Amino acid sequence: MQEINCEVLVSKAAELLEKGTVDRVLGWKAGEFDYDITPAVFHSEQELKDGFVWNDFCGANFSKYLIKETGKSENKVLVFLKPCDTYSFNQLLTEHRFDREKVYAVGVPCSGMLDIGKVKQSAEGIAAVREEGGEVVVDTLYDGSISLKREALLPDRCANCKSKKHVAYDELLGEEGEAVSSARFDEVEKLERMTPDERFAFWQGELSRCIRCNACRDVCPACTCEKCVFDNPNSGVENKAAANSFEEKMFHVIRAFHVAGRCTDCGECSRVCPQHIPLHLLNRKFIKDIDSFYGEYQAGAEVGSRAPIVDYKTDDLEPGEAVGGGENA
Amino acid sequence: MRKISLSKLDALFAEIAAAYALYLPVDTKAGAKFERWEAGKTLSDALNTVRSAKDFFFPQTENLMDFKMEGKNIEVIDTRSETEDFAVFGVRACDVKSFEVLDRVFLSEPADTYYQNRREHGVILSLACTKPVETCFCGTFGIDAASPEGDVVCHKTEDALYLDAKTEKGQKLMAELENITEEADAAAVDAQKELIHERMAKLPLANLSADAFGDGKTSEFFDAPEWSELSQSCLGCGTCTFVCPTCQCYDIKDFNTGHGVKRFRCWDSCMYSEFTKMSAGQPRLTQMERFRQRFMHKLVYYPTNNDGLFSCVGCGRCVAKCPIQMNIVKVMKKLGGRKHD
Repeated sequence: MQEINCEVLVSKAAELLEKGTVDRVLGWKAGEFDYDITPAVFHSEQELKDGFVWNDFCGANFSKYLIKETGKSENKVLVFLKPCDTYSFNQLLTEHRFDREKVYAVGVPCSGMLDIGKVKQSAEGIAAVREEGGEVVVDTLYDGSISLKREALLPDRCANCKSKKHVAYDELLGEEGEAVSSARFDEVEKLERMTPDERFAFWQGELSRCIRCNACRDVCPACTCEKCVFDNPNSGVENKAAANSFEEKMFHVIRAFHVAGRCTDCGECSRVCPQHIPLHLLNRKFIKDIDSFYGEYQAGAEVGSRAPIVDYKTDDLEPGEAVGGGENA
Repeated sequence: MRKISLSKLDALFAEIAAAYALYLPVDTKAGAKFERWEAGKTLSDALNTVRSAKDFFFPQTENLMDFKMEGKNIEVIDTRSETEDFAVFGVRACDVKSFEVLDRVFLSEPADTYYQNRREHGVILSLACTKPVETCFCGTFGIDAASPEGDVVCHKTEDALYLDAKTEKGQKLMAELENITEEADAAAVDAQKELIHERMAKLPLANLSADAFGDGKTSEFFDAPEWSELSQSCLGCGTCTFVCPTCQCYDIKDFNTGHGVKRFRCWDSCMYSEFTKMSAGQPRLTQMERFRQRFMHKLVYYPTNNDGLFSCVGCGRCVAKCPIQMNIVKVMKKLGGRKHD
């Protein structure tokens, strides 16, 4: 089997540019270090060769960028999608947020992206990071080279990956994977087992660190309102910072409700949070509840699916049955 | 210069805490954070705190005044109170320098009395950085991680903490520590400074230069075509501005309590769509313009108005925290290296 490395992606992109299938490429651009990779648009083979990169730090989900990017030109844009990105891609199409005809999607396999925050917990001063024989080798500024176990450096969303299968693409590089059984609801169950007071204290502690930078909202592929209620000075709830200690919780709870049934669990919210708040756990609670109340549903698994909470069936659960679902609710 | 054995750090903190509210960086599961010291809390070994030390003087939100309404009467209530004396230990050279940047904004006439009150009551015990990391570039702005500014400058070696009072405030604090510390010569500190200088010279960003920027460069960079590419994937979130030790923009808002108004100030971000919105609208309509504002302010506008002083201190927080990994280093390299028209 051919290894799907950076060269393969560059040559695929160059080929599609050459053929005129697309006139630009949404990809990852190398930065100052091995890990500070920026989403960028490439227009030529030369630009790709100069800066395109595909490594363990290409976590950014490009699906949301397609809203803006497809609006720029009538020509197609090439986008590389990891399996989890394809769910966001489909969900955005379901919500008619971009024109499918203006995109050429190439699926790329993913064995999990690394969390640079976790690397930094084990290594002080990072000169270089690379993978060698299944281990992650970090050249540090003061302690020489150290080897770290890959599994220990995965963010929660990758450690508990829900699917290696691409649900949308025009072309796939490498072998197709499968939806995998994951332990992604374990943490949610742990929270459910808490007493309401313990759970409140848990979220109080986590959300008290929120600085209202809005990165979670701005990166979220389900948060695509043209004008967010929290940015609207006429809404009465617009605030750039919390006016009281309850406000961060209100912001995050409202956001979680707003994306319920539409969140694909891509985990971008937790990836970008500068304060390491496990925001994905709020969304996963909704996903888990929807699964148990209405039958398993994965947002973005297919285009056009109706989420159970915006659909109605005569045998739907009655509200009274739903309340009291948790042991301690 | 005075010194104290590292084994007696707790006693030192207790002594300072007896006279001042003492804050220092402690480890939390989400990184180092300034917390009020109490017995049992230990100093973090982390290079820097996740949030900067500006919070002590310019908090994210603060209540400015209250209005109480009864019938047609409005009572204005001054909610200010005199700040207690407080000491902040472990402030790094970059963050100490950020206070100068903030002072020029908040203490120029008319002085911001809220800020001034806290500034006057705060004593800064700075700490030299023995292990700067790859995202550090304070040297670019002439800051020396080995010799921070501050009221008391501290150096932590293998076995001792050296303290050197530099200001009147610092001397007053050191007077409280007369019995617990001992006189020391500067040999160990000088050796450490030399080591730090060697390390700074080897940092990946050691050669980053700000020479292309500064006073009077507005027309050279304002219309640079590079802004469009640099800003193309910016999410428009406020992370860079909120973790930044020198970002000083704020908004003043009224919070309706039902029977009155709380007027509060909160950090604002030039990255936001509503930033500086006026009756005629937001003057910067695109994210490119908002993105440009931030970097032009740091590298051109601020130095133009402040004797050439840059309003970036090279702490590297934005480099580490930007969700899309775009930052002032990349901006400086791209624009600083451009061919002049």
